[in-house]
Amino acid sequence: MLPALLEFPFREGYVRSIIYVSLYVSGTAVILSTLFSIPVAIVMGFADFPGKQVVKAIINTGMGFPSVVVGLIVLFVVSNQGPLGALELIFTKEAMIMSQFVLATPPITAISLAAVSGVGDNVRDAARALGGTRLDVALVVIKEARYGIATAVLAGFGRAISEVGSVLIVGGNITSASGISKTRTLTTAIQLEARQGQYNTALVLGVVLVALVLAVNAVVVRFGDEGAMNR
Amino acid sequence: MSKQRFPTEDQNESRSDTTVSRRSLLAAGAAAGIAGLAGCSGALGSGQSGQDGQDQAGVAGETLTLTTTTSTYDTGLLDAIHPSFEEMYGVTVDAVAQGTGAALESARNGDSDVVMVHARGLEDEFLRNGYGVNRRDLMFNDFVIVGPESDPAGIQGMSSATETLTTIAEAQAPFVSRGDNSGTHTKELNLWEAAGTEPGGDWYQETGTGMGEALNVANQQGAYTLSDRGTFISQRSEIDLTILVQGPIEGGPESLSNPYGIMAVNPGVHENANYDLSMAYIGWITSPAAQDAIADYQMNGEQLFFPRAVSEDPDFQQYVPEGWSGDSDDE
Repeated sequence: MLPALLEFPFREGYVRSIIYVSLYVSGTAVILSTLFSIPVAIVMGFADFPGKQVVKAIINTGMGFPSVVVGLIVLFVVSNQGPLGALELIFTKEAMIMSQFVLATPPITAISLAAVSGVGDNVRDAARALGGTRLDVALVVIKEARYGIATAVLAGFGRAISEVGSVLIVGGNITSASGISKTRTLTTAIQLEARQGQYNTALVLGVVLVALVLAVNAVVVRFGDEGAMNR
Repeated sequence: MSKQRFPTEDQNESRSDTTVSRRSLLAAGAAAGIAGLAGCSGALGSGQSGQDGQDQAGVAGETLTLTTTTSTYDTGLLDAIHPSFEEMYGVTVDAVAQGTGAALESARNGDSDVVMVHARGLEDEFLRNGYGVNRRDLMFNDFVIVGPESDPAGIQGMSSATETLTTIAEAQAPFVSRGDNSGTHTKELNLWEAAGTEPGGDWYQETGTGMGEALNVANQQGAYTLSDRGTFISQRSEIDLTILVQGPIEGGPESLSNPYGIMAVNPGVHENANYDLSMAYIGWITSPAAQDAIADYQMNGEQLFFPRAVSEDPDFQQYVPEGWSGDSDDE
């Protein structure tokens, strides 16, 4: 293991490109998922509608949904034979974003829902009393629940960036001949090395991935702490 | 949140100011998000032809999707030879290493333009069902049966692959199988069938993994396994297995040969298959220059692939399913 660490076994451009693809795909998926999940969480938290329990059950099931199955479903959808075949999304980063969106949404929604439900009714009542529209009330609730929502987003990001099954199936683990990644992420690169039996080099990439996740978590937490200091 | 007080008129106004600015901030953010997403639709409208038009091939700027097996891709051959094709035409080749079964399935679905595998039986089925056109023999290497130096079943140097497998089965020596419908696995199953032995029992383990992993498993357990020569060469330094029976490259039985074929996806079945570029690719890779490049490719100082496409003598069987004859009732 040590030799693999001492002489970094990859070309620098290669690792940089797979880090970029990992962050781009997971980051975009999480941002889109957050934009979708937070309104859903607010509606779920404060409104009553028929089928609410069903939606809740779907979200909870989605939390544990196997990522590789999501990959298969997205494959069927974006494949040439599927409904979105004409868009030629197979083996692209966009297809990977789609599958990671599906995977990240349940945890982000569920944890945001818990955070939003924890916001006291008095806060919402006060916002309404001050003449706020429904949108204003929602924004106030989001602001109150922002730590929980940050946790939700981090959970979604963690789920997205560490999954390998679905991005492998819909992305195809492609790099250019010179080693610049097109649809290869850190996780699928690890899978490639492991498949070839190169466990040591796989572990090097694993360390890079863990460091990346820690860095993102640190940034978000620090960002949140600064907010706390300004309160 | 500031302390709750009965709002005065001033506060009403400043609050509606902040309300308005909060709303417009949200609206601006949403608009920016939508605009940003519009840029993500780079998948649509890709493949425009070269704009300067000076001496550029009509296919310039396009992307060819090639699906192939994991063992082919893992040798690094494709990454070594593709740049010359990419430069010649100004295109990009996306090589997707999926495993034989998945590579053919992607081609059947029209998700790839050209497919390169080494499983003649499956290629023939692909041709018969009309999914592929213009098959060419590309290159070959061979399979090797490797195992621990101690060789408990005593198969060293045997000249018949089927006899080797029968001996292993009778000795119930541990044997690791890919078990994943890959080219190597298909070859292994064909050999068992030819030997008339049905493998099964505690000594026969199916890992469902790639070749590298299977070799690692075999190494750890002191088991035999069937491997393509390329993967074994690349892993030789890290495992304790040796070649006990090898294929025709070193004088062994023909049954262990590993021929590679390439086929274009039939544009009659999939309209949006990039047929022009596939044929350019097949034309290039079967040309003397590329075939020489294939022969020159080495791994750990050893030649891995032996070119087959360029030949003085005609080879009609490469174009049709094996055994097909124009005189018979074959389709």
